[in-house]
Amino acid sequence: MVVPRYERRETVAFVEVKSPPPPANALSGAVADVTALARGLGVTLGYMFQKPVTIQYPEERPRISARHRGRHELERHDNGLEKCVGCELCALACPSKAIFVEGAENPPDAPVSIGERYAKTYIVNMIRCIFCGFCVEACPTEALQLKKVFELADYTRESMIYSKETLLAPAPKREATDSWMPG
Amino acid sequence: MPDETIMDGLFGLDGATWDIILAVITALIKAFVIVNGLLLAFAYMTLTERKVLGRMQARFGPNRVGPFGLLQPIADGIKLAFKEDVTPRQANFWVHMVAPMMALIPALIIFAVIPLGPEMRILGQPWTWYVAKINVGYLYATAIASVGVYGLVLAGWASNSKYALLGGLRASAQVISYELAQGLAAMTALVLAGSLNLYEIVNQQVSSGLPYALYLPFGLIAFVIYVVAGVAESNRAPFDMAEAEGELGAGFHTEYSGFKWSMFFMAEYVNMINISALATVLFLGGWWPIPTDAPGIIQGLGPIVFLIKIGAFMFMFIWLRATFPRLRFDRLMSLGWKVLLPIALVNLLLTSAVVALWPLGVWPFAQ
Repeated sequence: MVVPRYERRETVAFVEVKSPPPPANALSGAVADVTALARGLGVTLGYMFQKPVTIQYPEERPRISARHRGRHELERHDNGLEKCVGCELCALACPSKAIFVEGAENPPDAPVSIGERYAKTYIVNMIRCIFCGFCVEACPTEALQLKKVFELADYTRESMIYSKETLLAPAPKREATDSWMPG
Repeated sequence: MPDETIMDGLFGLDGATWDIILAVITALIKAFVIVNGLLLAFAYMTLTERKVLGRMQARFGPNRVGPFGLLQPIADGIKLAFKEDVTPRQANFWVHMVAPMMALIPALIIFAVIPLGPEMRILGQPWTWYVAKINVGYLYATAIASVGVYGLVLAGWASNSKYALLGGLRASAQVISYELAQGLAAMTALVLAGSLNLYEIVNQQVSSGLPYALYLPFGLIAFVIYVVAGVAESNRAPFDMAEAEGELGAGFHTEYSGFKWSMFFMAEYVNMINISALATVLFLGGWWPIPTDAPGIIQGLGPIVFLIKIGAFMFMFIWLRATFPRLRFDRLMSLGWKVLLPIALVNLLLTSAVVALWPLGVWPFAQ
């Protein structure tokens, strides 16, 4: 898969500033000073006729990098089964101890994940999280992802503790048909 | 003043008395319009400044309140009026309270002598675009402007704060230093005009068809010195040593809040308008190139031309602020005393010599 590169904004024109040679006499020094002042005025006037770089959030959405580390999401397979196998490696990797995972045996008659175990409880404390992405790197099944969602502010501390229901990706509409899946 | 025949004998008063009464009423109305116009101009100047500064820094500036942010000054005004007005416990209460008024009121009354347009007749009645035409108009303006500095100094002293005191001291030192260069530069125009009456000064330039800034080279030098000193006089960047937020908190108005603070703010902007208006009168020929004795409708363009020139100066003030960093205080002083003052002095002497050697109003280097 080709990962889309983060598009750089066009850089605005920069004026190369060379340190001027020492003036030969007072008059040429004054002329050089005034020229420098005029050049400075030219720079600001030039900027005035350029398009502002401001992104007018929220009307205008910012361009988010493909590798942005935002909100956590627990992914599913195409058949709707969870990728997370409850191994707790993410919780181990977490430097700020923001993740709590409680694994359980995967019931064979009604499987939740593809493995032998699944995550019965999965809690991410978004107040503690530093968005380092170590959990994602630690995850052996690529179940945990950091998405581009960055608007995470809320009013209470309680609401910042994300439960598994919050974190889980929505189930796909179609039924599980893949024959290689256990079950 | 209206026709004597209509007013004569009305309410038992003769025509001459009516003339006086109507002159007073006209002056009061003009004063009201000018003061409110200046404050409105101040309000929208803040918006313009923030917008232009924003664009010069590749951002938008205020654009949230109303279309294009046009209601922003009103929102700011309401906010300032309702802010708590704090007086420090150690401050001198009365001086602390009077200082902002002493800064603002002189700024507002200078404009009385500014002739915005030529004397004309509207519907057959004589009409003037100034409140007062006094023979020492320029002296009046500089004298009142100097009173305004007391506001800054007293604010610095009365606040009983080291930052405010340093700001006030700097303000007084700076304004006194630059007043010399500014006065000498203005003297060049006064010598060329042979009058202190601002209306006469403009009229001379308009009738000779050449504003004094184009009386090369002395007029142009005087004009540049006047503008540079004017920026310093109004305590604007890059000469805003009296505020110097990087080193003095907010300088002389560190201990001010609410409406008192906004009075200093108003005074600064109205002073900018005054300096622009005086520079227009002295060097850009007021309503030049509109002739003073043109037919009525063209004469009416005079004030518009004048206001456009003021607007250009105001843009320059913003432009300078967006471009240049603040000067160090000793550099500021050496620029005023060692560069601007000697140049202005020599310039004035040479101009006087030329004016003395040629008949008044004839400029050998121009045309």
